[in-house]
Amino acid sequence: MEQIRIHGRGGQGVVTAAELIALAAFYDGHEAQAFPNFGVERSGAPIQSFARIDNQAIITREQIYEPSVLIIQDSTLIGNVDVFQGISKKTKIIINATKNNWSHLHLKSKHLYFSPATEIALKILGKNIVNTVILGALVKYTGLISLKSLEKAVQTKFANKGTEIIKKNIAALKMIDKI
Amino acid sequence: MISKNKKQILEGSNAIALTIKNIAPAVVSAFPITPQTHIVEDLAKMKADGLASFEYIRAESEFAAASIVLGASATGVRVYSATSSQGLLLMTEVVFNIAGMRLPVVMTVANRSVSAPINIWNDHGDAMAVRDAGWIKFFASNHQESVNQHILAYKIAEKLQLPVMINVDGFILTHSYEPVIIPDDKTIKKYLPVYQPPTGTYLDPKNPVTLGAFFGPNNYLETRQMLHEDLMSSLEIIKEEYKLLNKTLANQGANHQRQKLSRIDNGLIEYYGPQKPKTILIAMGSVIGTILETIKNFKDVGLLKIKVYRPFPAEEIVKIIKPAQNIAVLEKAISLGQSGPLYADLAATVMASKIKKNLNLKNYIVGLGGRDITQKMIKEIIKDAPQKNNYLKFIGKI
Amino acid sequence: MKKNKKRIELVVKPGTSLKNKTGPWRTEKPLTDLEICIGCSLCAKVCPDSAITMKQNLKKSKLEPHTDYNYCKGCGLCAQVCPVKAIKMKKDY
Repeated sequence: MEQIRIHGRGGQGVVTAAELIALAAFYDGHEAQAFPNFGVERSGAPIQSFARIDNQAIITREQIYEPSVLIIQDSTLIGNVDVFQGISKKTKIIINATKNNWSHLHLKSKHLYFSPATEIALKILGKNIVNTVILGALVKYTGLISLKSLEKAVQTKFANKGTEIIKKNIAALKMIDKI
Repeated sequence: MISKNKKQILEGSNAIALTIKNIAPAVVSAFPITPQTHIVEDLAKMKADGLASFEYIRAESEFAAASIVLGASATGVRVYSATSSQGLLLMTEVVFNIAGMRLPVVMTVANRSVSAPINIWNDHGDAMAVRDAGWIKFFASNHQESVNQHILAYKIAEKLQLPVMINVDGFILTHSYEPVIIPDDKTIKKYLPVYQPPTGTYLDPKNPVTLGAFFGPNNYLETRQMLHEDLMSSLEIIKEEYKLLNKTLANQGANHQRQKLSRIDNGLIEYYGPQKPKTILIAMGSVIGTILETIKNFKDVGLLKIKVYRPFPAEEIVKIIKPAQNIAVLEKAISLGQSGPLYADLAATVMASKIKKNLNLKNYIVGLGGRDITQKMIKEIIKDAPQKNNYLKFIGKI
Repeated sequence: MKKNKKRIELVVKPGTSLKNKTGPWRTEKPLTDLEICIGCSLCAKVCPDSAITMKQNLKKSKLEPHTDYNYCKGCGLCAQVCPVKAIKMKKDY
């Protein structure tokens, strides 16, 4: 069972990110589960969301304490929140950043991937909302969900936002695949 | 016949809203409160988009919403409402009235703790606050169960003239995504007939009657006894209807096969584990999944899931717990000043039963205010269950 | 309950937003050209974080805005309302 934990701040689409992962994994033919963990409901507050992917029905509902994949949408959380809690040597860590500013932390896992998600989001979406972009990075670095299913998930989840927004988000998540 | 019943991955609240839309009540009225909001927002949006046939009546409070559905139900139509926590407390007077008036109201409670202190996260404090009101109470542990229980609820309510409350854990079930099948309206119609109460039992200018009359010391007691006895005899009917519902869903291709691991599954309870367990854990709601995952590694530990809490399925429970030595009741509620309410119900059941031996019955209070219940905690409980020490423990440290 | 078990205080003192430095949340930063600025104070009035304070510049005999970048979240409202376009938003992440 893959356990993905996403860290970010309220308003950055952290909850949607987990839901998109579950949708995409489901379209890929897997069993999936996604749920959020809100602190106080306000923009900017640190929040986490969780997604599980497996080939049999997922029945456990505890939060994810030992993630196999860790996504950090907002790197300002590092140092303020214990985002790396529970990682193992094998945990794949994807951080929204242009380079590794945290080598001094000597993390247990060496599977660190830095994705310039903010740059791409600003360029293509005009806003610093990185969830779809960083999921493109998830596809690239872990292959846990397919790009095709992620696109379908975006179309489903963003259906009420209009075709323009859907097009831009799909373009953005495909960008990460090329870098 | 092409069935529209296919598996989708949906948010729990959305699954409930879609089910209600397909059940097609005549009147929906609710007041928003976290974490029930997505359910009623979805229903309102469906109505606004012309996808639903019900009348959506906006209310200024939960007291108003409950009163609206009580009134509508009293005119002989199918109704729906949903609430949580403080909302349920605010409408408490109406909740008792609905049961006393024998109206078949169906309501979802997205379980959330009660203030003070203020907390918006899940526990069963709200459900237990109205435990004694006379409603049938279901507890769902996953999205499919929640969907199916809503359909079952209407059949039972309308057949027996008893209101039904479906408890779904707030955030944990309402805000999580999971695969589920929403039976379409054709499938539901095969199981749930159109609601038409007999003439003379509902408000109708052509046939004037009084609902909710005044009963004095000479007859109030007997009406409560009648309600109690009707609730007790509903146990067998719920079992029959559960079987019938599953059969109907299976015939229409709407039976979602989650890993079927239970040894016994009769609609009132489910039992997982060895035939002769040493320890049995008892719980309700979404925590069941996490417990089930944990006990996979324990050869002599079983899990008893209580799906219908009121009326209390005492006979079924006694059958299951008889062979065990240690019973650990895990619950997300406490009757402050005594013990957890489920534990108290268990203890009374054991006392009244023919079980001669000394069962080691213990109470573990968990998950209050949304505290995550982890596999580690459950392992700790399993280890502690055989100890003959304090009968009540709060387990909060992860 | 054991003796000397730590009690939880239910009566709490009000918090302070000063403790939560929201500056690092910025994606863009407002830079004010004080030569163009006419000291109208609209930016200070509009700032949702109250991150801009107007201070008297005695030499120039006018009010000047000072932005506290510890709290400025880069929402850009100050730049939007400035009647003389003295404020420009620059990349800051």
